[in-house]
Amino acid sequence: MHVTPEIDAAGDPRPSGPRPGIDHDFNVAYITRVEGEGSLRLRVRDGGVVEARLSIFEAPRYFEQLVIGRTPDEVIDIVSRICGICPVAYQMSAVHGFEDLFEIEVDPEIRALRRLLYCGEWIQSHALHIYLLHAPDFLGYPSAIAMAADHKPIVAQGLAIKKVGNQILSTLGGRAIHPISVRVGGFSKVPTAAALAPLREALDGAVDAAMETVRMVAGFEVPEYHREPNLVSLVHPTEYPYNHGRIVSSDGVDLPVDRWDDAFEEIQVEGTNALQARTHDGGVYLLGPAARLTLSPGTLHPLAAEALAETGLGDVIRTNIYWSIAARAIELLHACAEARDIIDGYHRPAEPRVKWTARPGRAAWATEAPRGLLFHRYELDDRGRIAGAQIVPPTSQNQAAIEADLAAFAPSVLDLPHEEATLRLEQLIRSYDPCISCATHFLDLRVERPT
Amino acid sequence: MPTTAVMSKPTVGIVKFASCDGCQLSLLDLEDELLNIVGKFDIVEFPEASSSRSLGPYDVLLVEGAISTEDQLREITELRTKTKTLVTIGACASYGGIQALRNWLDHDAVRAAVYAHPEFIESMATATPVREHVKVDAELHGCPINQDQLRELLASVALGRRPQIREEAVCLECKRRGNVCVLVASGIPCLGPVTQGGCGALCPAYGRGCYGCFGPKELANARSLATSFMVDRDPADVGRLFAGFTAYAEPFRSIVTELGGTRMDPAGPAAARPTDGGHA
Repeated sequence: MHVTPEIDAAGDPRPSGPRPGIDHDFNVAYITRVEGEGSLRLRVRDGGVVEARLSIFEAPRYFEQLVIGRTPDEVIDIVSRICGICPVAYQMSAVHGFEDLFEIEVDPEIRALRRLLYCGEWIQSHALHIYLLHAPDFLGYPSAIAMAADHKPIVAQGLAIKKVGNQILSTLGGRAIHPISVRVGGFSKVPTAAALAPLREALDGAVDAAMETVRMVAGFEVPEYHREPNLVSLVHPTEYPYNHGRIVSSDGVDLPVDRWDDAFEEIQVEGTNALQARTHDGGVYLLGPAARLTLSPGTLHPLAAEALAETGLGDVIRTNIYWSIAARAIELLHACAEARDIIDGYHRPAEPRVKWTARPGRAAWATEAPRGLLFHRYELDDRGRIAGAQIVPPTSQNQAAIEADLAAFAPSVLDLPHEEATLRLEQLIRSYDPCISCATHFLDLRVERPT
Repeated sequence: MPTTAVMSKPTVGIVKFASCDGCQLSLLDLEDELLNIVGKFDIVEFPEASSSRSLGPYDVLLVEGAISTEDQLREITELRTKTKTLVTIGACASYGGIQALRNWLDHDAVRAAVYAHPEFIESMATATPVREHVKVDAELHGCPINQDQLRELLASVALGRRPQIREEAVCLECKRRGNVCVLVASGIPCLGPVTQGGCGALCPAYGRGCYGCFGPKELANARSLATSFMVDRDPADVGRLFAGFTAYAEPFRSIVTELGGTRMDPAGPAAARPTDGGHA
């Protein structure tokens, strides 16, 4: 939220310095335990928030420009590097967009393996956030390393779950960070059923540990907060949303997966290196676990649905962003349970990938990164090379919602000591699991249509 | 002065510049050993994982990411003065990484293409390796770094000895792994002969050619490999093979400048542009 300071009768802006006891300035120069570099600035005058800004000072890397002239398979390798924590999300949105344009039908087992790969990333990323980045807020520690001194079994459990996610990624993709096997038409290599067997065993333990995770976070003490956000995620009739579905919002948007830009747009705001996204009429919306859980309750794995029901948190997950840790834990359980099911039903496809021919046109797709909807759009030229690109990461879309929540939440902490109030505000930002390296990649406003 | 014989733990900082966070994540990905490993050090600065901060000094500083803004340049210069042993981790810090492809582009045009208001954006024309700006004591390569190499680095720091990291081409790892050579058997262009090992010949094991993410092997004859690829390929297609995550490292850099492969400044041929890493 960017509110212009009020102007007094003489036409001069109000004095900017805070008056003790009445005005408050909260500044966090470097938000820690998030992925990437950002800062928070919040100003309160006369009890009202006049500025709430999440600034992203992560250096720009210009990915949309770097992929120009490259082939689709090269793009999959390049866009992976936008984020070391969710590289599969970038690979998935890109590969599905290209396959849609080239009218490639992949083998159902390839489709299942891609879902398994995405499960691996969700497990790894959600466990990382819940246990190593977010839980210290609730248990009162500066880091998971410090927390381990008193709560070693908790940290060890988080690391054990995270490891299973990384094992899935390495088994399918060669390595956990920037895996190398995803190719247009399939994979460069697919595993044998025997190669997946050790994962199957590890997932039994991970499912149990994820259930314990849900119980643990449901017991955390969470600040009171209520805001009804406009939620956006993919929705699929039979699958919890990963790679397929329609783009749906709680405000009534319902679009094909390649038409994000029909309802949403990116804008540039001064003071931050990430573009922000809004609905075409300027509306703020929320992506991520809370949005998915709320919009797709019917496709959760039965184990996850049961665990959610037991927590009784379904409603507050929607309206209190501090409860995102519970939403993430439910999805962690979903991903572990579904990964196990996929392995149980796996038959190695005859060919790792199908042959394809590039064609010019628009390649667009959205998938669900751990943090929310990730939209890619590419224009391909006659040689099947990239002529233009737009990548809209979840965190740039959530920025406006983060600022809206900061502005709405801030008045409730003004009576707390300054340090504690600042910590509460910082915690609120961490509740979004912001991925700031992701967010700092931008719209190419000069897309050239293929001739 | 304390006279106790007990050695204090080395103080460690972990910071990032232009990068994806993946190499820092490699540390947290040492799941089984993480708690033991961090117990051997005093990790005083690691903002991705801890809200406890320190302005230094550091016995060891692990640096991820390329230098791509004036602020980053100031920061790395200052950090160097507070650091005994500075180690770059990964292709971005060691070679400039994927964002160094901008070094072949007209930065003003790129920034204007990406931002409606380029004047709001503080960024240098180049993204360059840390060693172009300050002294670097050791480098880990890879996009991302290899965990075994990270473990070895940390062990060497804890023990106060030099890290023992094997210097050999991907080809040697490929042979030991028992891969069929993708270049010889399938004609897939592969940078394995001229790329440093460390990945365990991952891409060839998955039926792909190596894309050079650990950077050029010392004294590699990359030019000769490029020439052999050009027998049946367009120069720009060969240039593109080298225009990846370590494109800015010589001799890959000269090959990219000469053959093209990455997108070039539309104002003129790439070869006309300076590629000496000058960052002003």
